[in-house]
Order: sequence, then structure tokens, then C-alpha cells
Amino acid sequence: MYSEKVMEHFRNPRNMGEMENPDGIGKVGNPVCGDVMELYIKVKNNIIIDARFQTFGCGAAIATSSMVTELVKGKSIDEALEISNKAVADALGGLPPVKIHCSVLAEEALKSAIEDYRKKIS
Amino acid sequence: MNNVKKTLKIYLDNNATTPIHPEVIREMENALEFTYGNPSTLYSIGKEAKAKLEEARTRVASIIGAKSEEIVFTGGGTEANNLAIFGICKAYRNKGNHIITSKIEHDSVWNTCKSLERDGIDITYLPVDSYGMVDPEELKKAIRPDTIIISIMHSNNETGTIQPVNDMARIAKDGGIPFHTDAVQSIGKIKVNVEDLGVNLLSIASHKIYGPKGIGALYIRKGTRIQPILFGGHQEKGYRPGTENVPGIVGFGKAAEIADKNIETEGLAFLRDHLYNALKEKIERIRLNGHPTKRLPNTLNVSIEFVEGEGMVLALDDLGISVGTGSACATATLEPSYVLAAMGVPPQIAHCTLRFSLGRDTTDGDIDYIIEVMPEMVKKMRGFSPLYKEYLRRRKETV
Ligand SMILES: Cc1ncc(COP(=O)(O)O)c(C=O)c1O
Ligand code: FES
Repeated sequence: MYSEKVMEHFRNPRNMGEMENPDGIGKVGNPVCGDVMELYIKVKNNIIIDARFQTFGCGAAIATSSMVTELVKGKSIDEALEISNKAVADALGGLPPVKIHCSVLAEEALKSAIEDYRKKIS
Repeated sequence: MNNVKKTLKIYLDNNATTPIHPEVIREMENALEFTYGNPSTLYSIGKEAKAKLEEARTRVASIIGAKSEEIVFTGGGTEANNLAIFGICKAYRNKGNHIITSKIEHDSVWNTCKSLERDGIDITYLPVDSYGMVDPEELKKAIRPDTIIISIMHSNNETGTIQPVNDMARIAKDGGIPFHTDAVQSIGKIKVNVEDLGVNLLSIASHKIYGPKGIGALYIRKGTRIQPILFGGHQEKGYRPGTENVPGIVGFGKAAEIADKNIETEGLAFLRDHLYNALKEKIERIRLNGHPTKRLPNTLNVSIEFVEGEGMVLALDDLGISVGTGSACATATLEPSYVLAAMGVPPQIAHCTLRFSLGRDTTDGDIDYIIEVMPEMVKKMRGFSPLYKEYLRRRKETV
């Protein structure tokens, strides 16, 4: 069902776990199946220098969390906001249609973390 | 969850389907090659096929204590359930407009009832208690003068909980209402006897008893009024027309014969309970879903809180272990198990469900291996679960 890339990220999730003193936290829940994702970012000079996650969800949810933290690192805030759920899914070699909403969760977690960061600095 | 090479293969999803028994394969190969005649023909090749068919029928009848003329072969368990319910409805439609079933039936009963509901038939879905058990008193209360069939499963595929079918069949009989039970999960695992149960109709599927897929049977007690739902030739006395699947039926017959001789519940239940007790000792916040004792001896359904089920299935697969889950994430509809929901299991706990279903090939070594690797896997997955983190925080606060 899943691509090799998804399975690889599921087996060896990158940037997994909590972050000490994050600059932004995104907490989102999945209304479709009830899963939970938390994404933490560290920002310096408007660049996301680190990202970590914790996820309660399916294989696709874990793989997309892992991938989105990879994609976002080194990006400016504006660049990070451009990352769509499709970009995350594509980077994983695609997702089964029924699992697209899991990548939406990853996108929302990122947006919510950035929003939290912006609120904190303003 | 590391990239473990899949050398081991521990199959613990025997409620989904079973591996075919080698002796069944041999009989089927033989039937495929040599028993090619059409059983409806008059010459010896056809008569030979007919004889094989009847031998299989006797074997299948024997496993449930029925007479062979009470067995109709179908294209599997789903079709047996459809034939039972639609068939009775057709025969009794002028008598009434009400069906009683339960909230935990397999899709093949559930969706059959849903379809009839759309056609205007009233359906009562009986609730279950927290063990997944229907209360016969509830059934008594639900019966109406226009009830035409009661269909309650013998045991549940997800939890293994065994229903008090004989009590319910007695109530049905007192009311003069045909009683059907989906015994697909029970056959081969526990003793099932149609006389003891007193049911009118009972469904069986071959692939759950180490036989081939796509073949099953409906037991129809002599004297039960039922109409076919497929139309064609006179095969299976017109209840299931179409040239018979002789190799499938022969395989089913062989599987039934073997199962009849080998029902051995204690060993399996011992292994299963050992698995649960050991996991409970090593993993906190694990709970059993299903009845503690009135349960199929091979079935263990547990929720391991804070870890999502599909993820656990994938992680266990990497360790060479095949199991099922009740998690919403693993279904096409993204809805959690309706069986667990009917039992009052909250969605966030149903989400964390694994079903182990042991089989004839399960060894002590298999169980020991699972006990060894599971705690590590759960620990790793809880490590990235925000729900587990929250739980730890709450626990700290209350200490
Ligand atoms: C309780 C129950 N009823 C019916 C069926 C359907 O049987 P089949 O797959 O042979 O159509 C199954 C198996 O999936 C089952 O577990
Ligand atoms: S998180 Fe539930 S389906 Fe992906």
C-alpha cells in the first residue's frame, strides 16, 4: 500500500521527539480519523534552523511528519509557508488516496507552528 | 521498527483467513485434474464429480451435526449470510416487515440488513454489553408480531466473544421466527452443533478452517421456508444455481473433515492467555476487548493506549508478525471499529487496537518471540506519541 519512501520514513522517522524551548509549536488534530500531531520549530534570523515532531497516527501520518520536518529545515518562514501537503506527499513518492488527509495534517501542523512563532515575536 | 530482515513469518491473523492445509491442497489438485465432469451429467465422469460433491457435503454437515441434505454450498460466508437473510425475507415478506440483528455483525450481515432497510424493512439492531454480548432479554423485548427473521452471529470476528445463541434461538422458536446465526468464526475453533443450538440457518466459510477461499455453506434446517436469491439451473436444489465449484467444495469438505477431528481449544487458549498475561506485565495501559472467558480460544483483542493500531501492524510486519487492527486509520472509511464502539470502547482507545488470532500453526516459540519484541516496539512508538507524553505529564501531576 505504501511506497518504499513512506515505509523508510515510518521505520526511521527523522527529527522525532520533543524540542526544548521551541520558538513555535503547532498542535493539530485530525477530524477525519482522530489523530494528533505536534510540530516544534526553532527559528533564527527568520530561518527555521530546526524542526521536530510527535505524532499519534498511522504510518502515513508519521512519515509525513518526518518528511515535513526535513523539508522545512533551512527554509525562511515565507518559504516554509509555501510547503503544501502535496509537496510533502510528493517527496514521499506519493500517498494512497485515503491517506491524503494525513499529509494535510502535516501541512496544518507546520502552519500552526509558524503562526505560534509569529504570535510570540509580535 | 529497525530494518529487520523478514526471515521470520508468524501469522497471527487467522480470523481474517487461514493458510490452506496441505492435505486440502492435495485433494483439490486431484479434483482439479481428474474430477472435471459436470456433476449434473449422467455418464461416469459426471457421476464421479457428483459423488465427490456429496462426500464433501456429508463432511461439512458432520462438523455441525446436520444432515447432509440440509447443506447448501455457496460462494463463501458472505453469500451464505445474504442467502439466509434475503432468502427468508423473500419467503416471509407477506408475513411481516421486521428483522432483528445486532450491532456487532460482520459486514455481510450488517450491509445486507442496511440494504433491506433502504427497501423499507424495519431493522432492530440489538445493543451489546461492554464484553460484546447480546442480552437474550433484549431480544425478547424486540420481537414483534411482524418479525420475520432474527440473525445474531455465533462469535464475533474482532473480539471472539461468543453469543448465547441457544438461549436466543429458543426465544425465536417460541415466537415461531426463523433464527439465523453467522458461525463463520466459530466453526473449527469450538464445537458447534445445530441441534444443541436449535437454529434454523447457520453460515460457514471454508477459508476460516484451512480450506480454499470463495466457498462456504448455508445450513438450512429441514422445514425452513426460504427462497433462492440467484436464479438458474437446479443445482443445490435450486437454492444456489450454477455449475458447482467442485474443487472448492472438495477442498472445503476435506478441511471440514480435518477440523472436525482437530478441535483443540485448550492448548490455543493457554497460549493466547500466556500472551496476554505476559504483555500485560510488560506494557502499561493495555486492555482486553471482549469477554474474559466466553470467547473463541484463539482470539486476543487488546488496546495498547497511546499507540495507533495501523502503525503497530506495520511495525510488527517488519518483525515478521502479521496481526489485525481495529484502528480507524486502517479502514477505507476511516471510522473506528463499530464492534468496539458498540461495546462502549471510546474511539481513542479503539484506535490503539490489535487483534491476535492464533491458529493451528502457532507455536510456543512464536508467542515467546512476540512477548520479547512487543514491549520494545511499543516503547519506541510511544516515544513519539504526543498522547503518551500527555499521559506521563498527567501521571506526574497526580503523584
Ligand atoms: C463473522 C464473519 N462472517 C462472514 C464472513 C465472510 O466470509 P467470506 O469472506 O467467506 O465471504 C467473515 C469473514 O471475513 C466473518 O468473519
Ligand atoms: S492518521 Fe489516521 S489515517 Fe493517517
